[in-house]
Amino acid sequence: MAKDENLPERDKMVQMYRKMLEIRHFEEKVYYLFVQGILPGTVHLYTGQEAVAVGVCSNLRKDDFVTSTHRPHGHFIAKGGTLRQLMAELYAKKTGCSKGKGGSMHLCDFEVGMPPSIAIVAAAVPVASGMGLAFKMKRTDQVVACFFGDGASNEGAWHEGLNVAAIWKLPVIFVCENNVYAASTRTSTMMLVKNVADRASAYGIPGMVIDGNDVLAVYNTLHDAVTRARAGLGPTLVECLTYRHSGHSRGDPAPYRPKHEVDEWLKKDPITRFRKKLVELHILTESEVEEVEKRVLSEVDEAVSFAERSPSPNPEEALQDVFA
Amino acid sequence: MLREVPHRILRKRYRTYLLEETSIVKKQTIADALREALREEMLRDPRVFLIGEDIGIKDGWGGPFGVTKGLAEEFGPERVRDTPVSETAIIGMAVGAAVMGMRPVAEVQYGDFIFCAMDQVVNEAAKMRYMSGGQVKVPMVVRVPTGATKRGAQHSQSPDAFFTHVPGLKVAAPCTPYDAKGLLKTAIRDDNPVIFLEHKLLYGISRPGYKPEPGAPPQVSGDIPEEEYLIPFGEADVKREGRDVTVVAKLLMVHRALSVAAKLAQDGVSVEVIDPRTLVPFDKEKVLESVKKTGRLVIVEEDNKTGGWGAEVAAVVAEEALDYLDTPIRRVSAFDTPIPFAPNMEDFVIPGEDRIAEAVRHVVSAG
Repeated sequence: MAKDENLPERDKMVQMYRKMLEIRHFEEKVYYLFVQGILPGTVHLYTGQEAVAVGVCSNLRKDDFVTSTHRPHGHFIAKGGTLRQLMAELYAKKTGCSKGKGGSMHLCDFEVGMPPSIAIVAAAVPVASGMGLAFKMKRTDQVVACFFGDGASNEGAWHEGLNVAAIWKLPVIFVCENNVYAASTRTSTMMLVKNVADRASAYGIPGMVIDGNDVLAVYNTLHDAVTRARAGLGPTLVECLTYRHSGHSRGDPAPYRPKHEVDEWLKKDPITRFRKKLVELHILTESEVEEVEKRVLSEVDEAVSFAERSPSPNPEEALQDVFA
Repeated sequence: MLREVPHRILRKRYRTYLLEETSIVKKQTIADALREALREEMLRDPRVFLIGEDIGIKDGWGGPFGVTKGLAEEFGPERVRDTPVSETAIIGMAVGAAVMGMRPVAEVQYGDFIFCAMDQVVNEAAKMRYMSGGQVKVPMVVRVPTGATKRGAQHSQSPDAFFTHVPGLKVAAPCTPYDAKGLLKTAIRDDNPVIFLEHKLLYGISRPGYKPEPGAPPQVSGDIPEEEYLIPFGEADVKREGRDVTVVAKLLMVHRALSVAAKLAQDGVSVEVIDPRTLVPFDKEKVLESVKKTGRLVIVEEDNKTGGWGAEVAAVVAEEALDYLDTPIRRVSAFDTPIPFAPNMEDFVIPGEDRIAEAVRHVVSAG
């Protein structure tokens, strides 16, 4: 648990709360739009995991980078991408962050530190190490936060990527979002070690398990890991225990999850907890909380309306951007 | 500042040099030419670095074929980066570093090993730019030694068509020291991922205790100008001019086709040998032009036949110049088997001069 003496500044905490709400309301809107059949394709919702993306990215500068996964909406928003461009991408519009070529699983806003999210499980891990290598060779103090799920740690690419980051002390923070299930498979049935973080010892780097639904715990842990990476001391593996509120993807009601497990995790909802904390600490009043909520909801609506009135790409634009 | 010399002009001047000022050209092997290209680009651009297995170990090999020998001593271990045995990490890190503005030149020891990292090549390197809607560039090179050299099924393949099939990758395939150097320099300066195919029998390696490979053609060393030059992608080279039949070949097969052409010339058969030099982009104009002149086409490659690069060349010519063909197109490829170890079996599977000559004679006599 976070120690209160390590609390971020007041404005920062309000900003973090706001970002978490942006993700939550954005995702709820997206779910509604998918159910209505308005959005094409599929979607992997981030609902329930907001404390991870926000706790991590609140430690990053604009010129730091993240790598992301098939579940990237939360990372995109937390790193500073706009709701408008994100919604437009899901609407397959020309104004989308990837000009309609990426879709829900390939979000990119390079200006804010988000290269296209990679939807092949664990494939972004060696890529993140390569980004860290570039920073090291250029002698900058930028860092990379590499997001992945619990399932990724059973892929070969994950192990190769961690090992090289470790031996070369690359400025990468490996952030595991352990949401208990790899698609529909309980991760505990697919590895004998108790924690993904236990695997850090195989590479001689620090590994830790934290409450991924406590945004302050994530913030504080990442603060140390980022500081360590910037100082050239190498990577850290941080395993954040969290939970998907929805199924794996659109159309997965997740009947494989016991009801009591879902209920327990819903009680640990990261946004409810953080709101309670902010009110207790007198950082926000109840009415200010409502005010923030209202503003975020209207921003989400505005993003939808931007996406709806945006033009579709011409089909022929598919032929562009294959080569630089 | 370095100048980019247009290839045609340079070739013309280069030929003049050969006649008049032989002192300014030097004889090199492909391994030397590649090393010089790497060295020049590393001196020119601090973003260029090498990453691979056994490439910079002190008193080591300089890569399995000696190409990077000495570069670690000159540029240090940071820019000649020895990695663990982790092909996925090698290619994946090259992708990440390239996206962040570096210019990595990655290598796999044998082309066969790139399959370990195929996800990084196909799903990441080739698609990052597209998935980003054009926001990122992936300026990287992967050097891939190919070809059969009596090492059995997993150290012998010609994986060319796997890469020409993937949108977003460029593919170079030089067969002379001159082309190898000029194309590698261009590959390093290209803003896209380039798969750089190098044939193991063509390196012309010389290191203590190294025995030349049986079957290596005598032309492995060639003349290179002292002056810097680049060769643009997408410009095929007519390695021999002829009237009666067009032979399109790449890598080692260019040399075998040239040897066949020289022999058939004594029988009055005039063979034109075209080396595409880059498979993507492919200079189809030069091939079509030649086929329109000769009316006959033979395609020679070391890949196995089904779904190979040669099939693509045949399809392009059939689509765009069928009316000019006097006889059906012939493909000479490896048979559809894994590469066997026994030298006589390998020689049977890989196209030799006899099979190439037979195909050329066939199309000439048939029409």
